[in-house]
Amino acid sequence: MNTDKLNFVVPSKAKMASFIMMGIGLVSIICMFMFDKQPDDHHYHQTRAWANVFTGSFFFMAIALGASFFLGLQYAAEAGWATSIKRIIEAVTWYLPVGLSFLLLLFILGQFHAHTIYPWMAEGVADKASPNYDAVIAGKIGYFGVFWWIRTLLYMTAWVMFTWKLRKNSLDADKVSLEESKGFHWKNVKLSAWFMVVFAVTSSTSAWDWIMSIDTHWFSTMMGWYIFSGMWVSAMITITVLIVWLKKLGYMEFVTESTVHDMGKWMFAISFLWTYLYFSQFMLIWYADIPEEVTYFQTRWESYKALMWTVLFVNFAFPMIMLMSRDSKRNFFFLMFVGTIIFIGHYLDIIMVVMPGTVGHHWTGLGWMELGTFLFFLGLFIYVVLNNLSKRPLAVKNHPFLSESLHHSI
Amino acid sequence: MATKQIIHGIYSDEVPLLEGCKSLRASGIRVKEVYSPFPIHGIDPIIGVPRTRLAICAFIYGITGLSLATLMMWYMMISDWPNDIGGKPNWAYYFNIPAFIPITFEATVFCAAHGMALTYLLRCMLVPGARPKNPDPRTTDDKFMIYLELNDEQSKKADEILRSTGAEEVNYKGTIHIEPAY
Repeated sequence: MNTDKLNFVVPSKAKMASFIMMGIGLVSIICMFMFDKQPDDHHYHQTRAWANVFTGSFFFMAIALGASFFLGLQYAAEAGWATSIKRIIEAVTWYLPVGLSFLLLLFILGQFHAHTIYPWMAEGVADKASPNYDAVIAGKIGYFGVFWWIRTLLYMTAWVMFTWKLRKNSLDADKVSLEESKGFHWKNVKLSAWFMVVFAVTSSTSAWDWIMSIDTHWFSTMMGWYIFSGMWVSAMITITVLIVWLKKLGYMEFVTESTVHDMGKWMFAISFLWTYLYFSQFMLIWYADIPEEVTYFQTRWESYKALMWTVLFVNFAFPMIMLMSRDSKRNFFFLMFVGTIIFIGHYLDIIMVVMPGTVGHHWTGLGWMELGTFLFFLGLFIYVVLNNLSKRPLAVKNHPFLSESLHHSI
Repeated sequence: MATKQIIHGIYSDEVPLLEGCKSLRASGIRVKEVYSPFPIHGIDPIIGVPRTRLAICAFIYGITGLSLATLMMWYMMISDWPNDIGGKPNWAYYFNIPAFIPITFEATVFCAAHGMALTYLLRCMLVPGARPKNPDPRTTDDKFMIYLELNDEQSKKADEILRSTGAEEVNYKGTIHIEPAY
């Protein structure tokens, strides 16, 4: 293993770029809150601005969460091939506390009625005397309110604790001898097995609580997996692009071409998982044609048709055509290019999940608000991830499967 | 008519075998075949096996399955006997396309998977009643073998290379006659 370039130093250009993105983004977000007003509709409280901030917060938090899940998956499955890229996965996971604090802040603001993303947070929805009374939400109110808050805090604590411990054990293992480090490895294996169980439940329920409850009247059993597959593929793209970029800078020479090829396969495969769930959700609702279910897609069909087709094309047809052959998955430039496009595609997907329930028919198409918010959160994400990456050596020193990973060849 | 010597180079591990293959190829000797108890990753480019074209076959089989399923459903559901299912009359194929997608998908996977498996078996001549072609049964247990067919001059060089890279045995298994290709 080449040991000269094991410590990553954030290139000043990348730092500059992330600051510029954050700057432009911050200005757009401030402008967004100043200009996003529709005075003739008194129900409209800068909804699009808030929904945009929510989209950005959730999407990038979900990437960190997806990476965290993938890290746990490697331990639980005792997979060896990804050991050489473990530090990159770990760097991506530690955006999680930042992303979650944005979400928590939004939830608290929502509870104090600063925004109307969640209709069930409004005052008097379950009170018959109130003008806000909503019979459907009143029937579900037991699931929301205090119970919702307990769940939300539980997810956040559990995810952060698991990720923190996995990362800590991984670093501690490198500080002792190879023989002693095995103890840390087995600790992580056990911890990951528990994390997989907890994540299996919480990834679904959190998607219901945070995403599906935007359309409080509506429900879908596919929602949890749909959101999960989206976060997984975004995480795989992020990790792949980071590896390719680092290799281009001359770091990570020990990562074999086969490892990158495998990451390309993950991007390809999980794109199909996403498509499968996206389509299944649509087809079942389309086929059954029950009014209370079909409203969800009616809003999308009427006001978001272009976005709906774009998302399907970019996240399904595009990776299918582009990443099918072996050569394309081994061409680093190609992988980076395709990855970037699908990454944007999945951001659009989250926009399409959030906007129709909040902005609804006021939607006027994608604009500078969406771009600005995306840039702000992207800049922040890049800054945090690269900072995390520079704090630890890029290579794992003690890991039972390290040698297997360094000789990975397919 | 050319006469070629059949040589079996027997190794007890795959790492020296790969070294042997590299040295043989570097001195311009063609490795005819390698027998191993388990698949050796990354051996294909070393012994000069061209990239598999099975993936291309899979794509063609997949497209075939997709077309056949579409044709079948179009004939059944649109052309021959249009039904009104769940308030969705089958007047045109594109109209009810979401309902047809699961079957299209399944047929594509079915044809691609079965086509690939059958192609592989036929290409390896693994048909019912096929005789085993393994020249040394020990390669199904714990030995690794390089199989060579060479003329006398190359045989001497190959013998040296095989022994120097750690072959346990170098067995001469007679000669074969090959008609020259015109």
